[in-house]
Amino acid sequence: MAISNPFARKTEVAPPPDIEAAALRSDRFRLEREDEWKRLDAILRRMEGGFMRKMPDEDVLALPTLYRTAASSLAVARETSLDASVIEYLEALVQRAWFQVYGPRTGFIGWLREFLGGGWSRSVREIWLEICIGFAVMVAGAVVGWILSARDTEWYYALVPGQFADSRVPGATREQLLETLGTQENADGLSYFGASLFSNNAQVAILAFALGFAFGIPSLMLLVHNLAVLGAMLWLFSSQGLTTEFAAWLSIHGTTEILAILLSGAAGMHIGRSMAFPGNRSIMAAAATSGRRGAQVMIGVIFMMILAGLLESFGRELIRDTAMRFTVGGGMLLFWLLYFAGLGRRPRIETP
Amino acid sequence: MSAATPWKQRENKRKRMLVTPEGVSLPVTLAPLGSRAGAIILDYIIINTAVIVVTLLLAWLGISVMDAESSNSQVVEFIAVLWIIAVFLAYNFYFIFFEMGARGATPGKRATGIRVAAHGTQRLTSEAIIARNLMRQIELFVPISFIFTASAGEGGMASLAAAAWFAVFLLFPVFNRDNLRAGDLVAGTWVIEAPRRKLAEALSAAGAASHTATSGITGTRYTFDDDDLMVYGEFELQTLERVLRDDRPEALEAVQETICRKLGWNAGSGDERAFLEAFYAQLRAKLERDMRFGKRKADKHA
Repeated sequence: MAISNPFARKTEVAPPPDIEAAALRSDRFRLEREDEWKRLDAILRRMEGGFMRKMPDEDVLALPTLYRTAASSLAVARETSLDASVIEYLEALVQRAWFQVYGPRTGFIGWLREFLGGGWSRSVREIWLEICIGFAVMVAGAVVGWILSARDTEWYYALVPGQFADSRVPGATREQLLETLGTQENADGLSYFGASLFSNNAQVAILAFALGFAFGIPSLMLLVHNLAVLGAMLWLFSSQGLTTEFAAWLSIHGTTEILAILLSGAAGMHIGRSMAFPGNRSIMAAAATSGRRGAQVMIGVIFMMILAGLLESFGRELIRDTAMRFTVGGGMLLFWLLYFAGLGRRPRIETP
Repeated sequence: MSAATPWKQRENKRKRMLVTPEGVSLPVTLAPLGSRAGAIILDYIIINTAVIVVTLLLAWLGISVMDAESSNSQVVEFIAVLWIIAVFLAYNFYFIFFEMGARGATPGKRATGIRVAAHGTQRLTSEAIIARNLMRQIELFVPISFIFTASAGEGGMASLAAAAWFAVFLLFPVFNRDNLRAGDLVAGTWVIEAPRRKLAEALSAAGAASHTATSGITGTRYTFDDDDLMVYGEFELQTLERVLRDDRPEALEAVQETICRKLGWNAGSGDERAFLEAFYAQLRAKLERDMRFGKRKADKHA
């Protein structure tokens, strides 16, 4: 069987090997079993090729048995056979079978269902300590941004990036500021704007998470910086008595987006903290556990960023009323809190 | 040839033993860094090609829509949104999507014969795959961009320090025993070789190896007594196995000559394969018999 067709439903039947002609006991052992090995090989090839759906039930059921047979053949061959090629073949075969038998149990869709149905909420709850720290740091950042800008307007220019400092500068009149919070008449260009916002924000969130690896400190700095900008702008608007309007303008997407930034920073910090203080596990084990948990949170953060991008481009520009803005923003916040607090309360099924 | 050639040593340094839940120890070989670098280059070539194709396709679509001159700014905008999302997905989810599959490998990894696996005997989970791929951001793109700005002399000392700091992540796999990158560490995964081997012919069932058979050419039956077979061990047996499987006449001739010199026989010519097959079968029979009694002979020096 030099070339085999992976699409063929049935593998060709090789002529029965001449078991009696084999001079060596170890070769007889091999010839008696190689049909099963070849069947396992064929099943594996189909699974690896992604033809799982088309696989007959008896093959699926046979897989664990064939895997154990091959594993025990390998153990016997190691002790009785000096045929290097057979041992190498069996090692490769058992390894491949092992990956299929003990591989990821769900595909992408199954994973997504589990994730949205509680896995995400559970991971978020598991990093509550980092979320609290992150929240404290963010509040501190906002306060610092406010105070610095209030002391010296130069700080405002240093903190707020150029794209926001168009007419939103210290000394601007109330009308000018109000105008920046205003509305557009139509929705042209908004979805493009939203999508690019999302892509950019999601990239920043992934960075905040990845930086957590350096014991969490860069993640913290990112949180402080982001909220210092916010604090500075808050100061600017409140100096003209527009605090409520600004908060409403911000809240419509901000409750989702700021929460997402908080979560990504917290997930990064979680990894950093468990590497710095692994407890009585090894650093590797601690990093791996927290890394997987953090990854769950991060995928959720990307979902939140998509939503925030949509809210920012459509919601903020189309909903003009301050009360309505607060309702939408507050509603989103309430939704997230309930979602994270409520879902996935049933005990997690631990994987071995 | 000796068992400890430098190549062999390097190969052994990458070997790790796993014990499956069934109690069978399985050797795994860490993927060499070269294969991993090759895989990632290949993967980015694929991603970038796909992005360029999608970009051109969408641009063509957008232009032809604009030519149609109806009120279709919305359609153009939709195409732009589609493009942004496609690019984001391509760069961030390509690796995750493929590594979650049954092979545990992206097309680049498949081509270089390696795959992702959970460190130790744990199950490889979806979360692990996501974690290891999100870390790519600070391991590849950020270091490279910092190193570029630093080498361009912008930003002075601060950017130099940042470049050095991020270079730590880039070079992480070089400085640890299992070649883990930061993402592997965070996810609890490693990258190993994924061998696929064909089952070779059973040598002793064919030719002059089987105990009653004689040489097809000369009709001679080669028999060796225990003293003749004492001179070699398992390593030489496996070398002989390779020579027989490769079946190159000049190699067969050279090996036969060496063996005959060692045994004090006169090497004939023209019947090398039959001679070697017989010698192989009888040597293996003896070594396997000893093995069953717990006596192993690693090589000719043992």
